[in-house]
Amino acid sequence: MNEKITLDHGSGGRASHDLIKNLLLQVFNSKTLAPMEDSALVQIGQEKIAFSTDSFVVDPIFFPGGNIGDLAINGTVNDIAMRGAQPLYISVAMIIEEGFPISDLEKVIQSIKKSADIAEVEIITGDTKVVPKGKADKIFINTTGIGVLRQNFDISAANAVPGDHVILSGTMADHGVTIVSKQEGLQISGNFQSDSAALNHIIQKLLGHAQHHIHVLRDPTRGGVATTLNEIAESSKMGIRLKEDSLPIRNDVRGACELLGLDPLYLANEGKFLIFVEPSVSEQVIQILKEDKLGKDSQIIGQVTEENPGKVLIDSPLGTSRLLDMLHGTPLPRIC
Amino acid sequence: MAPWYSFIFPSHKNKNGQYMDWINTFRDSKIAINLAEQLNNMQPRPARIMEVCGTHTVSIAHNGIREFMPPGIVLTSGPGCPVCVTDTSEVDLFIAAAKRKDTIITTFGDLIKVPGSSSTLKNEKTNGADIRIVYSPLDAVEIARQNSNKEIVFLGIGFETTTPTVAAAIMQAEKTGVNNFSVISAHKLMPPALEALVADDEVKIDGLLCPGHVSIIIGANAYEPLVEKYNIPCVISGFEAVDILHGIIMLVEQIENSRAEIEISYDRAVYQHENSTALHIMYQVFTPAVSIWRGLGEIPSSGLVIKEEYKKYDAEHKLGLKKIKSNKSSGCQCGEVLKGIITPKQCKLFDRACQPENPIGPCMVSSEGACAAFFRYGR
Repeated sequence: MNEKITLDHGSGGRASHDLIKNLLLQVFNSKTLAPMEDSALVQIGQEKIAFSTDSFVVDPIFFPGGNIGDLAINGTVNDIAMRGAQPLYISVAMIIEEGFPISDLEKVIQSIKKSADIAEVEIITGDTKVVPKGKADKIFINTTGIGVLRQNFDISAANAVPGDHVILSGTMADHGVTIVSKQEGLQISGNFQSDSAALNHIIQKLLGHAQHHIHVLRDPTRGGVATTLNEIAESSKMGIRLKEDSLPIRNDVRGACELLGLDPLYLANEGKFLIFVEPSVSEQVIQILKEDKLGKDSQIIGQVTEENPGKVLIDSPLGTSRLLDMLHGTPLPRIC
Repeated sequence: MAPWYSFIFPSHKNKNGQYMDWINTFRDSKIAINLAEQLNNMQPRPARIMEVCGTHTVSIAHNGIREFMPPGIVLTSGPGCPVCVTDTSEVDLFIAAAKRKDTIITTFGDLIKVPGSSSTLKNEKTNGADIRIVYSPLDAVEIARQNSNKEIVFLGIGFETTTPTVAAAIMQAEKTGVNNFSVISAHKLMPPALEALVADDEVKIDGLLCPGHVSIIIGANAYEPLVEKYNIPCVISGFEAVDILHGIIMLVEQIENSRAEIEISYDRAVYQHENSTALHIMYQVFTPAVSIWRGLGEIPSSGLVIKEEYKKYDAEHKLGLKKIKSNKSSGCQCGEVLKGIITPKQCKLFDRACQPENPIGPCMVSSEGACAAFFRYGR
């Protein structure tokens, strides 16, 4: 076969998933890597360490609500936070295209520093490479983070159990729509803003209150809420049932999605997370979330079921239901 | 006559004097469920209803409308997805253009995955062709203006809804002196295809849920000849759950009473008469010609080609591209799906060889295709 890498392989959807499963996991053959969690948990001496890496190629690099710099910090911080760990240290590696304005680099660097301060992570190592004009596009950033798991939380995409309530911490698709509205050739406007934010503090607060009742935490980035829920359903071998009319979404974001033929369930979020929690404490969790500006629009959006293991179903307001699959193809390239 | 939704908000205002919500009213689950009950209470005799438009197909699958159908009422998907009916020979033409040096292809997104006889635009993009997705043909003219050393080819697909904007783009290029812009016209006209379908003995349809978008441009009158000649009930419907259920009720009423008329359910957008401005622009640049529809074959006067006066914007003519009829068989049954003879699930390739990631037929490629809708919402 003459197969080549296509943009689909980087979309975070089915093709990415298959590539990782069928090539990387096969060759690397690592027990820690195999569950495909947001970050790896490894025991080093007495400490449980959370370790995660992520690369950022978003286009445009500056957008309402953030830029590639804060996205790079928040993305890795959040991946560590999703295992219940507290992120501590982070690396920043940059591949910069020849001709990139220093003033733009300064803006990105300032923003990296600011978001690292907010997340309370220290930048302790880094790398800078420059490639000839045209060999990269403006700037690509890789960040790698380390955190520690202080309490004995067991939070994993494989831990969903029947009855768990599924909570989404806020409105969906804000980042995805913001980027598409700024990408070339699209003339839609609105007060869209990326939701790029570090989630480690709000998650620590939540875990402080309801630690042993929380089973899964995940941030629905590329591939959106629908793809992330499919991953959790697959890992946990459980079904998930959503209520369409409980999904939080801004009206202007919904309108833009309809105009552009995009489904907000498949668009990226950079400052939201999904929580799977025992139903007895879900109201309490919502209360805690709503006290924080990062969780003010949180909602219970569904429940885990024993039926339909590995699948996500969504109930429409009409009382009908449909299958919600993983992302197929590429709705938008280079969103993070 | 008061609009049919006057039972919800007489004179477009509710009793508190607020104006009606023109979007959410038609998504209101209570109203939709009421209509579904009303439909079931009619206890209609068995009938096959074809939704012509791809947007209808998606809305029916998305909202689970089939679950509301009384026994015997079968909904089948028609040829109203522009990507799905684009023939292999046309896709080959697009690919030939994409392979040219110093050429930028501009296209609507869904088209890039449609298989031609030996490649797809997506493959060509991976191999280095410059293919850019645009939301408006006018953006393609802008790209041409900014890249004067390259030829910008717009892949013209779509029905009466889209074609006037392509005509406007060509007129804009002429007006602003942009000469490195051309269009491959694979545009199609809806009424001749519907006539071909209804006339086909293999196709058994008792009523047509006619396309809302196309009808905004061509008007309800355009269906009169079809209704008169073939005695087939037609209702133009909108796209929300309430619209579709209401359209189906109107069709069932016609079928039950052995009437055959063209009626408008989508009367907040569609008139009896056409949008003459849009059609005038379209026919200033294009003229009808024979066209090949994927699955339906050659249909006389069902396509649009660029007129002599605008020949310099005709990519086939300008770049010397030649259409070659393809007779490659892949086992794809999109044709039968488009005719409503089989459902997507009855196709031998469905969810086996043919999936949205690696589509074989165009009905799986387009997000509006019947197969993609079945795959996404109800495998």
